[in-house]
Amino acid sequence: MQYMLLIYGNEEGMKTATPGDREAMFKAYGEFTASIVKSGNMKAGDALQPTATATTVRVRDGKTLTTDGPFAETKEQLGGYYLVEAKDLDEATKLAARIPGARVGSIEVRPIMAMPADYPRPKA
Amino acid sequence: MRPPGDMLGSGRAMDSERETIGGVFREERARMLATLIRLLGDIDRADEGLASALEAALVQWPTEGTPGNPRAWLIRTARNKAVDSLRRGALFEEKRAELKMEASSSSAAALDIDEEPVDDRLRLIFTCCHPALAIEAQVALTLRTLGGLETEAIARAFLVPAPTMAQRLVRAKAKIRQAGIPYRVPDPEELPARLEAVLVVIYLVFNEGYAASSGIVPLRREICEEAIRLGRLLVELMPAAAEARALLALMLLQDARREARVDRDGGVILLEDQDRSRWDQPAIREGLALIEGTLRIAFPGPYALQAAIAGVHAQSARAEETDWTQIAGLYTLLDELYPSPVVALNKAVAIAMVAGPAEGLRRIDALAASGALADYHLLPAARADLLRRLGRWREAAAAYRQALALAGNQSDRRFLQRRLIEVTGLPGPN
Repeated sequence: MQYMLLIYGNEEGMKTATPGDREAMFKAYGEFTASIVKSGNMKAGDALQPTATATTVRVRDGKTLTTDGPFAETKEQLGGYYLVEAKDLDEATKLAARIPGARVGSIEVRPIMAMPADYPRPKA
Repeated sequence: MRPPGDMLGSGRAMDSERETIGGVFREERARMLATLIRLLGDIDRADEGLASALEAALVQWPTEGTPGNPRAWLIRTARNKAVDSLRRGALFEEKRAELKMEASSSSAAALDIDEEPVDDRLRLIFTCCHPALAIEAQVALTLRTLGGLETEAIARAFLVPAPTMAQRLVRAKAKIRQAGIPYRVPDPEELPARLEAVLVVIYLVFNEGYAASSGIVPLRREICEEAIRLGRLLVELMPAAAEARALLALMLLQDARREARVDRDGGVILLEDQDRSRWDQPAIREGLALIEGTLRIAFPGPYALQAAIAGVHAQSARAEETDWTQIAGLYTLLDELYPSPVVALNKAVAIAMVAGPAEGLRRIDALAASGALADYHLLPAARADLLRRLGRWREAAAAYRQALALAGNQSDRRFLQRRLIEVTGLPGPN
């Protein structure tokens, strides 16, 4: 079986954290990631940029509607994901608009946070 | 208008060198900033680089003489300063950016900055008015970068505290950077929709300056002028865009009435009561010339139609001579092609001028019954006016009270208050 582990947290809390706290958190994530890479459980994973960088894409009547901000509709639930490579937000938005779910639901487009080159990763 | 010296900050008395530098800077600021954003890949870095370059110019130009091409000098200096400050920075993010930038800086150096086929300001316009940014952020960013307005001035114009506006700008720039909003003119297939977004921003700026006349009148005037300046810039950069021309025409035709539409106390004077000799004729001529022929195409755009309506008013020497049949026809077309409740309301008012207040009232009541515009004070205000013309005083008074309960700005309230007194014969309650 494969499982997706979704991480929820309070962004405000992260913003007010001291550099020491943040470093400790970063270190803890590094250790956890290294451990599941070693155990063979890790398939993929990334940190996301904060919700302020999010763009929500919907397609209605054939028109792409782009709005600033994260997905906020409580009547809809997370149902899947794609990780894509795109040259900029415009390309990412165009890909998002082609997802069939964009015509009935919403696609949140959120940039991935870049990690240092030595951050633990599963072997390709 | 800001004196050019303002750009240099206050302090010592301004000498002529300063004035020259300030003049160059004011004129060219947006263009240089736009080019620097392309070269440096970041708005803040470009902004800071430009500020340091100007400081350097203040020191060097008076003693070493003004360079042959001041613009090129400032851009080169700004870029070098930005690269220097990046080298000094030790943060991981900046290091990465530095590496990316250095890879491209040799080609950038070889590039003649005046030889770019696309004016960088057009890139900047489309990035500032990107639909992935909130509309308030688009407006603020456009005014700050292309208009060169200070954050404080933008905050005052939009009636928000300066720190709120500053925060809005910081967030918008962070999103551009982190979400990868591109710095380019959209592809032809995306262009119509993206241009529409730009027009919305410019017209929003104009309306912000035009609508409310409470408080800081000179600042509001500056905001209108800024919107018209942005409109001119867009027409200059996209001469084939009919709707950009139409928007500029619309703004010019509305702004032409500026002196006549507000009384000494800042109260609104209705179109029909304005002293038309105070309308700005050169602005009207320019506006009319811009929309000449635009209505002959099959599907005129929404700005072309609105400009045409403003044009009919502008050409009527007296209110009684207004060609309401033509205006009602234009609103009907606007309502067919680009329907909205506000357009429907205006159409009803125009039809009332042709077919009588009873017909207008019937249409407005139907609109009100649909539940649209429930919070819009101009709906009960228009209704009140028609009831007044029908001599139905009590109903008119009730509608004016309803409008007063919804009207936000002081001059609108004063006008409604005055009308309420007229129809009741007594001072009304607040």
